[in-house]
Amino acid sequence: MEEILLDISGLSVRFFTYQGIVKALEDVNLIVSKGEILGLVGETGCGKSVLARSVLRLIADPPGKISGGKIFFKGEDILGASKRRLRSIRGNEISMIFQEPMSSLNPVFRVGNQMMEVVMLHQRVGRGEARRVCVDMLSQVKMPDPDAVLSKYPHELSGGMRQRAMIAMELSCRPDLLIADEPTTALDVTVQAQVLTILEELTRQTGVSVLFISHDLGVIAQICERVAVMYAGRIVEISPVRKLFSNPGHPYSRGLLKAVPQVDEERETLNVVPGVVPGLIHPPGGCRFHPRCEEMWEPCSRIVPHPVEIEPGHQVACHLWGSGK
Amino acid sequence: MPSLIHKSSTSLFEKYRREHAWQIREFLFTLKLLSRNPSAVAGFVIITSMVLIALASPLIAPYNPIRISLSERLSPPSLTHLFGTDEMGRDILSRVMYGARISLRIGVLVIAIAGGLGSLIGAVAGYLGGKTDNIIMRVMDVILSFPPLVLAMAMAAALGPNLNNAVIAVAFVMIPKFARMVRGEALAVKEKQFIAAARASGAGNLWIIIHHILPNCFSSVIVLATLILGDTILVAASLSFIGLGAQPPTPEWGAMISVGRKFLMDQWWYPTFPGLFILMTVIGFNIMGDALRDILDPRIRR
Repeated sequence: MEEILLDISGLSVRFFTYQGIVKALEDVNLIVSKGEILGLVGETGCGKSVLARSVLRLIADPPGKISGGKIFFKGEDILGASKRRLRSIRGNEISMIFQEPMSSLNPVFRVGNQMMEVVMLHQRVGRGEARRVCVDMLSQVKMPDPDAVLSKYPHELSGGMRQRAMIAMELSCRPDLLIADEPTTALDVTVQAQVLTILEELTRQTGVSVLFISHDLGVIAQICERVAVMYAGRIVEISPVRKLFSNPGHPYSRGLLKAVPQVDEERETLNVVPGVVPGLIHPPGGCRFHPRCEEMWEPCSRIVPHPVEIEPGHQVACHLWGSGK
Repeated sequence: MPSLIHKSSTSLFEKYRREHAWQIREFLFTLKLLSRNPSAVAGFVIITSMVLIALASPLIAPYNPIRISLSERLSPPSLTHLFGTDEMGRDILSRVMYGARISLRIGVLVIAIAGGLGSLIGAVAGYLGGKTDNIIMRVMDVILSFPPLVLAMAMAAALGPNLNNAVIAVAFVMIPKFARMVRGEALAVKEKQFIAAARASGAGNLWIIIHHILPNCFSSVIVLATLILGDTILVAASLSFIGLGAQPPTPEWGAMISVGRKFLMDQWWYPTFPGLFILMTVIGFNIMGDALRDILDPRIRR
């Protein structure tokens, strides 16, 4: 068994709004092992980013609240950690890359200052040493002319360069876990491919674990070893990435896979999963997917299905597999 | 031997030039942008000459500003007294020159105090939000609900009538203006992703406020500061006018106008020249503020 880096169990997150309580995450269990890239897929609004932010305790409180469960990082209880400890974990041991590289850098400072700030804060080194680390990291992400980039403002870089700068910045302190929240969504496809390649290479080299969030199954297939499928605040399936594509267990995963357009297929319209993501203030009872599920049967609307292991390392939470006893 | 010294100083200069190449380039670029903007040039010329007059007043003023010469009282502008004399026979040109020292000092001090404290208060309120924000901004509302001059009068009277207390009083009145504006900006800035990214890389609240929120509000603070600088000089002048600011015989522009007001009908030069100087200073700062905002903002810069 590989060493467990991050262990999330029974995590529930609520947002208290005027319309009601949004049950954004419900009983989420997830394990990230050392050195692996774990993908997390799901539709918009299913709680992927909330899960990512919970790990760093970045949920705005109010209105959000982590209402239950446990998060252990290297055996340390994150939910019970002091503010001081949290700040030294953030950026140093767990880093996060955000969706839009356009707005992840402060527009009024040079890229170099921002990168060096992080290095100096966590590694307690001087400016010269920090600069050296930054140049080194930038060349690792294949940034042309790293020295010049350091003295540029964010708006002078292209989207791909900014995202690479962000990756360099987040990896500069050699974190154990990198959370990438849709890091390639805002980039065009060629740049996306570059960024993914760089991210994958760096992961192999440095042995950092990655929690890779995306709604793009193609991206997940390219870079991840295991993948977790989320639906409406719950994880419905966790599986090695090949197994998910060859033998999806959950009807929702099957729907997602069918919705990926195939080149050799002659079709006029796209396959879609019928219906929309339910509101999470009053989520459907039982299995949250049952109103949209083509294979719904008797227990689906009454009983919450629990994950069962259908083959080694492949868990599915669905009544079709006989769970929920 | 002298050639050796000369050589080493040249290489030091060269070394500096090499190491600070881009700072020098940026500075030259700033000057170039500046020279392309005629109103900016005008503003800078006005303010620079005001500052020079203030600094050099002991050297260039033709008379002692507080020397009384009753035989020459209220004489019109002439070659001996270019701006004429006041009711005590003091030379108005000299008094206006010395007055620049006082007015500029008041303006800069007030802006430094009010701008610094006000921005910090506003940024804290805007970034932390919730109860802190409510408490801070209600206190600011209370201050704002008084007419500024009345509140400054009350403060100055309570602290005792002298110039330093006038500065404190005016700064106190100006704090909410900065706080309100910066709070608004902070509310917008704190939702930006780089704030979340900074938090995710372990930055604390104070660090974020100082390093991310405030610098992003800086361009508006500069503009507001230069706009308020005019107000500040006027309020300070008004305090002097009612005897709570500069005490006679200190040559303060506002105090001179208020005394000279009585003489406007027959001796126009007495209030007119200090008034012109206030006008020029206020306009100069306004133009300069607008230009500074455009030039220093990295997003507009290129």
